Amino acid sequence: MSFRSREFFAFALLVSLCACKREQRIFDPGSAASQPAGATPLTEVGAGTSPPPGNRPNAIAESAYAVGEGKRLYQAYNCVGCHANGGGAIGPALMDSEWIYGSSLEQIHSTIVQGRPNGMPSFAGKIPDYQVWEIAAYVRSMSGQLPSDVAPSRSDHMPMVVPEQSRPKEHPGAEHPQPVITEPQR
Amino acid sequence: MTLSFRIRCATYLTGVCLLSCGCHTKPSPVQNLAAGQVRPIAQINDSDDGEWHRATKDFANRRYSQLDQINSNNVSRLRVAFTFSTGVAHGQEAAPIVANKTMYLATPWPNILYALDLTKPGAPIKWKYEPHPSPSSKGEACCDSVTRGAVFDNGKIIFSTLDGYTIALDAESGKELWKTRLADFTKGETITMAPMVVHDHVYIGNSGGEFGVRGWLASLDAKDGKLLWKAYSTGPDSEVRIGPRFKPFYANDKGSDLGVKTWPPDAWKTGGGTVWGFLSYDPTLNLIYYGTANPGPWNYVQRPGDNKWTAGMFARDADTGEAVWFYQMSPHDLYDWDGVNEDVLVDLPLNGTTRKVLLRPDRNGYLYTIDRASGQVLSANPYAFINTTSGVDLKTGALQHIPDKAPRVGQVVRNICPVAPGAKDWQPSSFSPQTGLLYIPHQNMCMDEELMAANYIPGTPYIGASVQYYSGPGGHMGELTAWDPIAGKPAWVIKDKYPIWSGTVSTAGGLVFFGTMDGWFKAADAKTGTILWQFKTDSGVIGQPITYRGPDGKQYIAVLSGIGGWPGSIVAAKLDTRDGTAGNGWGKALPNIRNEVTAGGTLYVFSLP
Repeated sequence: MSFRSREFFAFALLVSLCACKREQRIFDPGSAASQPAGATPLTEVGAGTSPPPGNRPNAIAESAYAVGEGKRLYQAYNCVGCHANGGGAIGPALMDSEWIYGSSLEQIHSTIVQGRPNGMPSFAGKIPDYQVWEIAAYVRSMSGQLPSDVAPSRSDHMPMVVPEQSRPKEHPGAEHPQPVITEPQR
Repeated sequence: MTLSFRIRCATYLTGVCLLSCGCHTKPSPVQNLAAGQVRPIAQINDSDDGEWHRATKDFANRRYSQLDQINSNNVSRLRVAFTFSTGVAHGQEAAPIVANKTMYLATPWPNILYALDLTKPGAPIKWKYEPHPSPSSKGEACCDSVTRGAVFDNGKIIFSTLDGYTIALDAESGKELWKTRLADFTKGETITMAPMVVHDHVYIGNSGGEFGVRGWLASLDAKDGKLLWKAYSTGPDSEVRIGPRFKPFYANDKGSDLGVKTWPPDAWKTGGGTVWGFLSYDPTLNLIYYGTANPGPWNYVQRPGDNKWTAGMFARDADTGEAVWFYQMSPHDLYDWDGVNEDVLVDLPLNGTTRKVLLRPDRNGYLYTIDRASGQVLSANPYAFINTTSGVDLKTGALQHIPDKAPRVGQVVRNICPVAPGAKDWQPSSFSPQTGLLYIPHQNMCMDEELMAANYIPGTPYIGASVQYYSGPGGHMGELTAWDPIAGKPAWVIKDKYPIWSGTVSTAGGLVFFGTMDGWFKAADAKTGTILWQFKTDSGVIGQPITYRGPDGKQYIAVLSGIGGWPGSIVAAKLDTRDGTAGNGWGKALPNIRNEVTAGGTLYVFSLP
C-alpha cells in the first residue's frame, strides 16, 4: 500500500467516523408515548443546590436524519401554526435568543410534553417520545444551535426564511452565563 | 359593457388615483367626482344623546356622531384632556363606552373592565373588575389576545373574556350580576367580539376560525344571562335555525341542510364560520345582520363544496334567531376571507327610489350594496386592488374567480391580491349622512401562498397554508377610502405606509378620525380627506375612536392606543420578522416595525382648550 493510498484510507476513515453520528438512524426509539419530563428545571436558580445541568449531548441532536424528521413533525403536529417557521405567531419566536422556558434540549422536550401556562398546549401522551426529542432538536436548529451539517438545508417549499443550517447562532442568555466578577479587574 | 369590464374599469380608475398621489397626507380626488362634493343622505336620526353605548354607536352601525363642537374650523386646536394606562401591552381594539358620566374600558387579556369617573378631573378609576381569565386561552387566539369591547345597556355593562365567558356588571357599582360560559377555549373557541344588545337579547359569537371550531351566534337574556338560543354557522338546518321563514335571494342558498351537504362528511363539525364582527339591527324589519368567518382549514382542497354557511352573511329575526336570508360572499373560500365585516344600514336614493340597503365593505375587496329586506345584491364594486376575482355576477350572486390566482398544494402562487386578512379586516368603517360617504379603513396588500395538508388536532391551529404579505400597487399598505355609495366609487383616498387597522368615527363637525399603526391619531376633513390635525400617541393606534359630550358640556374625542392585533402582534408578541411567515404572514410585510413602535396600552382623550 503506497503512502498516498494509506493517507487516503486514513482520511476516509476519519470522514466516515465524523459522519457516522450525522447519518445515524436510531432504530430503537424507546417507548411509544411521551414520558413525563421528570425533573428538568426551567429556572437558573436551584434552591440550595448547584445550578441545573446544561445541555446534555443527545444522539438525536447529532443526527441530520432525526432533525429532518423533527422538521417534518413540527409541521405535522401543527407547531408551525403557532410558532410559524421560527418567527412566531400565536406563540413566541423560536429563532431568536429569547427563551421563556429554557433553550436546552431537555427543557424544550419538557415544554412540549408538559405544555406551558401562557398558551402552549401539553402534548403528553400524544406524541411518541423519540419524536418529541426530534422536534426539540429541530427547534434548537431554528436558532442556529446545531452544527450546520446536522441542521436542515434549504426546503422545497416557499422561500420564507434563511435555511436552518445557515442561521446565525443565537446566544440564549442562560446557556452562556459570564463568570461573576468579584475582584477589581484593573 | 359587461359587469366584469365595468369592475375592471373601476379598478383601473382607483389605480390611477392611487398612483397619482405621492404624499400619504394628501388625499387624491377620483376622476369625475370632485373632492368636496357632498351628497347628504336623509336618515331617521334619533337625537344624539352625546353618549356612546355600543361600539357601533347606533344600531345601523354608522359610528356617526351629531356632535359638532369640534369641527373642521377648530380641530387644529385639539389637545390632550387626559390619559389613562390600561396596564396591558397588547392590541387595544376596544371602543371606549360612555354612559351616565362614566367611561368603560375593556382591555385585552386579562380582560380587565375599568370604569372611569368623567365628573372628576383626570377621570380617575371609579371601579375595576378583574375576571382572571385562563392564561392558556392566549394560546387559542389567532391574532393577539384582543377584545373589541363592552356594551352598555339598561344600567349594565356587558363584555366577554378571551376564555369564553360573557359577564354582566352593574354599571354603577361594578358588581357582577351574571356570568355565563359560552365558549370552550380548550377546543380553540375564544370570544373577542363586542356584544350587541337589542331588546334584552345579548348577542355573542365565537372566535377560533383558525382552530377548526364550529361557529355560532348566541343570544343571552340580558336580565339573567340564560342562553335563549344558539344559531350555528354550519350543520343541519335545525341547528343553523333555518326554518319556514328562510327565503334567501339566490338559488345557490336554497335547499335543505346545506350546512351539511356542502361539506365532505363531518367536515362541517370543524368547519369554522365563527362570528366575531359587529352586528347591525333594523328595528322596522326586526332583523339583525352579521357575517360569518372563513371556513377551516384554509387549505380548501380538504373541503370541496360551498361550505355553507361560512364566509357569508345572515339576516335573522332579532328575537327568535330564525334565519330570514343568507348571502355567501365567498363560497368555498380560497383565501381566508372571513365575511365578518360590518353591515352599515342606510336608506339610499338609487335610480329614483329610496332603497333600504346595507353597505358591506367585504374582506374580498368588494363594496356590496344589498337590499336588506331581501338579500339581493344591487351592486358590488371593488374598493381596493383585486386580481383574484373579476367581479360579482349580480344574477347569481356568484364571486367570479380567476383560476390562475387560486392557491395550490405544494406550489407557490405569487401576487395574490387581496391578502388573507383581506382588502379589509375587522377594522370598522363609519358613515356620515352629512357627506353621504362611507369611510373605510383598509389594506392595499398582496401575498404569496402555498398550501399543505392540515391536520386537525383539537386546541391547535387548523390552517394548512403558508403565507407572506407585502404592499400592493403603489407601495403603501394602508388606505382610508371615502366611498360614495351612489356613484359606486371612492371620493378620495388617504394612503398610509402601514395597514390602517383602526376603526373610524365621523362627526357632524365634518370630520373623520382614524389612527395609524405607527402611532398617529388623525382628523381628516370628511369632504376632502385633507388631514387637519394629528397627534403622535405612545404606541400604534388600532382601536375604535369615539366621541362624546362630557358632563361639562364639552365634546371629547377618545381612542385607545396600543399596537397588537393580527399585524401588530409582530410588536406585541415580539415576533422575529426574519421569518416572512411570522404572525401568519406579516413578517415579510412589517420587517422593521419593531424598531419604530413599542407596545403599550393607553387611553387618549382630546378636547378643545
